[in-house]
Amino acid sequence: MTALLRRLIAKPWLWAYGAAAVVFLITVLFTGGRSSGEVASAALTFATFYVIVGLGQMFVVTLGPGNVDLSIPATITLAGAVATKVMDTQDAMILPGLAVALACGAAVGAFNYGLILILRIPPIIATLSSSFLVQSTAIAYGRGLRIKPPPRLADFATAQFHGVPILALCVIALAGAMSVVLHRTVYGAWVTAIGQNIRAARLAGVDVGVTRLATYVLCAALAGLCGFLLSGFSGGSSLSMGEEYLLTSIALVVIGGSSVAGGASNVPGLWGAALFLFLVVTMLNTYGFGAGLRYLATGFIIIGVIVAASRRDRTA
Amino acid sequence: MIGAALNPRLLRNLLPAFSLAILLAAIFWVQPRTMSYFGLNLMLNLAIPIALATIAQMAVITVNDLDLSIGGYVGYVACVGATLLSGGAGALPAVRALQESGALGRELPWILTTPLAGVVALALGVGVYALLGALIHLRNLPSIVVTLGMSFVWLGLSVMILPSPGGQAPGWDRTLMGFKPPYAPFPIIAAGVIAAAAHFLFMRTSYGSILRGAGGNPRAIERAGWSMLRVKVTMFALTGVFGMLAGLSLVGLTTSGDANIALRYTLLSIAGVILGGGEFVGGRISPVGAVIGAMTLTLAGSFLTFLSIPSDWQIGAQGAILILVLAARALIDRAEKAR
Repeated sequence: MTALLRRLIAKPWLWAYGAAAVVFLITVLFTGGRSSGEVASAALTFATFYVIVGLGQMFVVTLGPGNVDLSIPATITLAGAVATKVMDTQDAMILPGLAVALACGAAVGAFNYGLILILRIPPIIATLSSSFLVQSTAIAYGRGLRIKPPPRLADFATAQFHGVPILALCVIALAGAMSVVLHRTVYGAWVTAIGQNIRAARLAGVDVGVTRLATYVLCAALAGLCGFLLSGFSGGSSLSMGEEYLLTSIALVVIGGSSVAGGASNVPGLWGAALFLFLVVTMLNTYGFGAGLRYLATGFIIIGVIVAASRRDRTA
Repeated sequence: MIGAALNPRLLRNLLPAFSLAILLAAIFWVQPRTMSYFGLNLMLNLAIPIALATIAQMAVITVNDLDLSIGGYVGYVACVGATLLSGGAGALPAVRALQESGALGRELPWILTTPLAGVVALALGVGVYALLGALIHLRNLPSIVVTLGMSFVWLGLSVMILPSPGGQAPGWDRTLMGFKPPYAPFPIIAAGVIAAAAHFLFMRTSYGSILRGAGGNPRAIERAGWSMLRVKVTMFALTGVFGMLAGLSLVGLTTSGDANIALRYTLLSIAGVILGGGEFVGGRISPVGAVIGAMTLTLAGSFLTFLSIPSDWQIGAQGAILILVLAARALIDRAEKAR
């Protein structure tokens, strides 16, 4: 029993859940237990969108230092706008809309990797330049676009089962599948191997090019999925819908206990971190703090977590 | 002669100036009226803060770090400039509200009206940057994540200082930024001064070469007896100083502050450094190139306006220029290898 407990405590992702639970309790304490159900289900709902992009960013970060996708917000906005237009409020077009959103993402991802490969530039610069292009395309395409999502999609994105958002359940399943992909498949092993030592991985016969391409495509496709679902959830696409997801997606990976230097990632931490980040904002809101303090707290949390994580790495 | 012109290294160094010249020529061709004192002044005004922010970003990139908070920080400086620096604590909206509700007297004591409060707030900003450098070095932290956190902190502070856009830049700042020197437009003179100062600081002083060496081979610098801690603190403090100048010049131009005023500067400054020929790792930088890169990015927006392409494509044009220049550089590199 103690051995099991010790093994559990050694998990880097446990802290995110612990912190989320503490923040939840403090929030509920203020309201005296009322509306604790609503707080929890709101947290689950918003964390869902965070986790979708966090999953992609985590795979990219796992590839090693310098690997980060800055084009996520632009991709979300573009995919959301294109999907909304394709669906044009018709229920029958939901699946084609989803396919188009995913294809948008995949195209951006392939373009990102193309830049990295052909121009031999660091991924951060490649995804930065392509995000400028994608963002502009999204703005020009989506300006004045006021199309509601198909009713079925809107229902699905906001549906709850005994207070638990259906979407959250789906994304928990998605996260589970991604965990299997990361830890149990050849592809996942290759991603981790590249992150730990790209030369050693290449010498060991890992197809570095294909693995990196697949990872950037995966990340952008997940951003596309997020854009598709967000447009369903918030009653249509908007030009700023992706904005907050850039910094959040990186923050999730860090707070979730994955190594920023790559090569060591975990999926469960993403959910813990997403819940934690959302609940901190809810808590400060509940106690009546303004936007300034909310930003301040988020910043200190990210810095605090990375400092704490560096100590953990040193003792380990 | 032809051999020298085809020298890849020379080509590489000339690339930023070359791209700026092409863009400028295209603008003059489309809209000849811009080729005037007034036209250049208008087009390049905003290049000053962007150039300063780019130099700030370049300082951390020299030591292989990255500052994702520079946009938030420039916004913070702008907010401080529009409030504390012009009217002391009494210019803060929060204090104004107290005054109106009668909690504070009509006449504020000296301590609440002195612009020294602004000076202190700006000095604190630079101090925080120096501390970040120390923290990142001592704990061996990834700068991307630390500065990501800081971007929230600066935004939070700005929102607390100035909850909604407003305030007023100090008179001297507005006068300086509105300066109309004879012969050459102010932005061009300013860009020259910034480029020369940064070039001298990073490329001509002896400590500057230590700083760049620290990006190329930190271990060698350390073995040679230089403190890497001091190097990092210096570089981050320099980022703080140049970022502060960027914020002050920005608020001098816009005359009022806004927490979100400069959020785009983070990505723009990184793009400017790269566009100017800087490398992401290894301490290879070019201060003059960085200033030129910042001007190129600023002009990209004007160019589209003159072609009457919607401003929606402004960011896209900046991205396209970045990709084109990087592609040209990749070609030159390939030629260099082929020799």
